[in-house]
Amino acid sequence: MIKLRIPISEEEIRKLKVGDEVLLSGIIVTARDQAHKLMVEEKPDFIRPYLKESVIYHCGPIVRKNPDGTWSFVSAGPTTSIREEPYQADVICEYNVRGVIGKGGMREKTLEGLKKCGAVYFHAIGGAGALIANSVKRVVDVFKLEEFGTPEAFWVIEVEDLPLVVTMDSHGNSLHEKILKESEEKAKELLGLK
Amino acid sequence: MDLTQAFVELLRRASTDLAPDVEQALREAYDREDDGTPAKAVLRTILQNVELARKNSIPMCQDTGSLIFYIDMPEGEKENYYKEIIKEAAKIATEKQYLRPNAVNPITGKNSGNNVGKNAPYFHISRWDKDEIRVRLLLKGGGSENVGTQYKLPHAPIKAGRDLEGVRKVIIDAVYKAQGLGCAPGVIGVGIGGDRTTSYALSKEQFFRRIGERHPEKELAEFELRLKEDLNKLNIGPMGFGGKTTVLDVFVDYQHRHPATFYVAISYNCWAFRRKTMVIKNGEVTYYD
Repeated sequence: MIKLRIPISEEEIRKLKVGDEVLLSGIIVTARDQAHKLMVEEKPDFIRPYLKESVIYHCGPIVRKNPDGTWSFVSAGPTTSIREEPYQADVICEYNVRGVIGKGGMREKTLEGLKKCGAVYFHAIGGAGALIANSVKRVVDVFKLEEFGTPEAFWVIEVEDLPLVVTMDSHGNSLHEKILKESEEKAKELLGLK
Repeated sequence: MDLTQAFVELLRRASTDLAPDVEQALREAYDREDDGTPAKAVLRTILQNVELARKNSIPMCQDTGSLIFYIDMPEGEKENYYKEIIKEAAKIATEKQYLRPNAVNPITGKNSGNNVGKNAPYFHISRWDKDEIRVRLLLKGGGSENVGTQYKLPHAPIKAGRDLEGVRKVIIDAVYKAQGLGCAPGVIGVGIGGDRTTSYALSKEQFFRRIGERHPEKELAEFELRLKEDLNKLNIGPMGFGGKTTVLDVFVDYQHRHPATFYVAISYNCWAFRRKTMVIKNGEVTYYD
């Protein structure tokens, strides 16, 4: 198990390989469909300081507003990452992001981006929302809450020992590509196409 | 009895308390995987998460899904009365964070913020002869809904013809294409025949069967078991990391089709398989898994 703390240097991230199990700590940012579209089309600066050498989390959480006005994460597992495929590589390079957390993996364009700008794809356990929310220690800030709604807002959160697996690294390797190819062979066999 | 609160409780149970048959199937899957594999680690995390969610009464998954209600009621009961109460219960359950606000207007992009909107929640209502009301609830996550699909046989790319073997082929194709995206290991519901609409509807109704509950007709029961075995040979595994369990079960049912059409609808339910049933009889409410 590798302990990783934000900010993460390019050298550190390039040491990670597919299959590595990581415990991530520090301040990260949730962003999904509307946030990615905004980051590519308008390149807003409000989120820039939080993304530099940090990590984006594909997540639409359930959040509670406490009586004192602060927020708490209730359930916060990963959402499907592939929807951000058109945007992800550009966002990583534009904002100097070191990693993306999500589920289901991403494709060629993102894999190229990881290689080019020095970042990895971390897989969290889909559906494990209750457990992952336990790793969220504090909500630091939130942006675009009113406009995008709770699931789509940028939530800036501090996490401690968030358990992740590297499934795409900065050297062009992808566990998802490997499983896709192997299962394609199996599928062809079962379909009698081989 | 406060009926609104009874429905809030139904929503809370569905969101926070995984059905025992599904949990048992996940435990068996955990036992099957080899030590030290990512598949085993994933299933361990899933099981820990299920326990934590139940203990602390918090949603096991932050995507608490679309709210789909199947209601059977006697003649004379007023549909709108129940619909309004359920909408109110959905609003309360959202405030209490048992549900995430998941109803978005596709035209304006606005989230209603309380899970209530046009056809949200969705109701399937039918009448029956019993003197009780049965409410079956499915919370269907968006990620798993996105990998659901419908085929029209024959399907040339994989040589799937208009017979049971063709049906088998398209199911294998659909699960291969889903990879880990539906939050594997999933449960597969299949509707064979009917029209575009009813084939999907039939595929989703299968999700009210218990894990291991076979189709009453022998040929289809055997077909389900064979498919389960086939699909687990794909080695897509939990979360698509590779492994022995890609699906927890496969449920198939059929309905008569038009001579010219042959649809097969395949619905995917993630491992966080959220269903609960509530029965209202003589003013008393009882919950079932």
